Amino acid sequence: MTATDAGGGIPEVSRIDVPAGDEPRSAPSHGTIRSAAVAVVAAGTDPGGALAALLRGERRRVLATVIRLTGDLHLAEDAVQDAAVSALETWRRTGVPPNPRAWLTLAAKRRVIDLLRREGARPVKEREAIILAVQRAPDETPPGVVRDDQLRLIFTCCHPALAQEAQVALSLHVLCGLSVAEVARALLVSEATMAKRLTRARRKIADAGIRYRVPDAEELPGRLGAVATTVFLLFTEGYASRSADAPPPVTVPAERAGPPGASVAEEAIRLGRLLVELMPGEPVLEGLLATMLLQHSRLRARFDHAGDIVLLADQDRSLWDTDLAAEGIELAASAIRGSSIRPERFAVTAAIAACHALAADAAATDWNAVLAWYDVLLHLDPSPVVRLNRAAALAESGDPAAALAVVDRIEGLDDYFWFHATRAELLRRLGRDREAGVAAVVAAGLTESAAQRRLLARRHPL
Amino acid sequence: MPSYVALTYTRDVDWTAPEQAAEMQEYREFGRDAEAVIRGGAALYPTQTATTVRVTGGKGGDIVVGDGPYAETKEALTGFYLLECDSLDEAIRHAAAIPAAWNGVVEVRPTVPTLM
Repeated sequence: MTATDAGGGIPEVSRIDVPAGDEPRSAPSHGTIRSAAVAVVAAGTDPGGALAALLRGERRRVLATVIRLTGDLHLAEDAVQDAAVSALETWRRTGVPPNPRAWLTLAAKRRVIDLLRREGARPVKEREAIILAVQRAPDETPPGVVRDDQLRLIFTCCHPALAQEAQVALSLHVLCGLSVAEVARALLVSEATMAKRLTRARRKIADAGIRYRVPDAEELPGRLGAVATTVFLLFTEGYASRSADAPPPVTVPAERAGPPGASVAEEAIRLGRLLVELMPGEPVLEGLLATMLLQHSRLRARFDHAGDIVLLADQDRSLWDTDLAAEGIELAASAIRGSSIRPERFAVTAAIAACHALAADAAATDWNAVLAWYDVLLHLDPSPVVRLNRAAALAESGDPAAALAVVDRIEGLDDYFWFHATRAELLRRLGRDREAGVAAVVAAGLTESAAQRRLLARRHPL
Repeated sequence: MPSYVALTYTRDVDWTAPEQAAEMQEYREFGRDAEAVIRGGAALYPTQTATTVRVTGGKGGDIVVGDGPYAETKEALTGFYLLECDSLDEAIRHAAAIPAAWNGVVEVRPTVPTLM
């Protein structure tokens, strides 16, 4: 570890438990990663992507700061992108500088000024004001400010005045650093559509006057909820957008080479970790991260070798990632402990997921606990999907008849695959095979996923 | 300083009717509380007093005048405020204090500075 690592270390972020390579120099425990980056740079290659990963982590922080300085998302993105490209070239030749973040900040600031002088469209007064702000800012941003900058950026990208799909796209692009093409691939839209969506979102931020700020104490609960919802949408998007026919990759490479879905879910988890780190002790954020970790811990068990869906009860639990699950359980407990009388929705979803993670096999599940948590969840969110999920838990606990009675009273899920698939399964368990078959046909008509259709075909052979 | 218009969409009401007195009182309270940022505004007569004006065939063409609102909707434009706020968040905070926010919906729109 170098002297800068010790002296310039950033205590606030040192506990971020990010995948290797993401947190290179601010966290003493990751000092080895920087050494690895230096080593590969010396060899003139970057085989493990260590340098790229270091750059990626720093780049996000520098972007957050440069946006504050310029007040212009697009300008800051362009400047930081150019600075990152030049960093990669330079560092490959000369090695990683002792303070890569300051290096990158300085390069980005110079680039902002270049870009501003070149574009010419902006009123002179505004241009000069930005240049002045940029010139005055130190290259080494104080740790507390880096933290606040990151929070400001998160709250801006997840502002409820932006459409939900715009929040998701902005988060992936701006917070996670995915290129427009990568975001487009991950969300299954064309690159042109994604570019338009991002441009619209940037314009709304600028024209409607969405400020780059952390909400006040009184606004905070609502805004935190909005952030959590967006990050969770990102997470589920990661699953939904992955080709349902391809089994998930066992490992996610540091460089995004694999299918985008799994890495989008990983990005969501990364954001969740960052949020918990930036705002420790917030039950909604702990619950969010716990829910994602617990669901993600089952990733490898969710599909078999043929790419077929394996339902929770049938999953090989030895494939569950016990480290992720343990971390999730601990966070879930903390989220529940930290909750007021009215717990956060995500704390409750985490508690439900924790009940499953704590069971050695499906038969050992504490269904009373699961059902009790579903009752709490229903109280917070009496939506048809929650009622359906509770009914499924009721069936697993050994009462498919009661579950079916509940399911048959649910309204508003006629177009929902899992509603009909669950009905089919319950009818089958009750020996009503003909009706089960009809429900299965309805379900099959509601999905494009071959894996979901195979699941039905397996359970309801004609 | 950026400006916003807060458009109130509610059930179509006649603000001059006696049964609106209590609600009008709520609006007056909002007006006092938000005095520092309100730069203008008005309550509107009901949509049945609305007149649509259209010129056909481009500028200088025939003026076509019609009765009634442009479109029948459940919630009608019943008033507006011009607010001078530093940010959308501030405008949202004020908009949330307009009675229409709980009796209907308030649409907050930034105004284009050069045209003001």
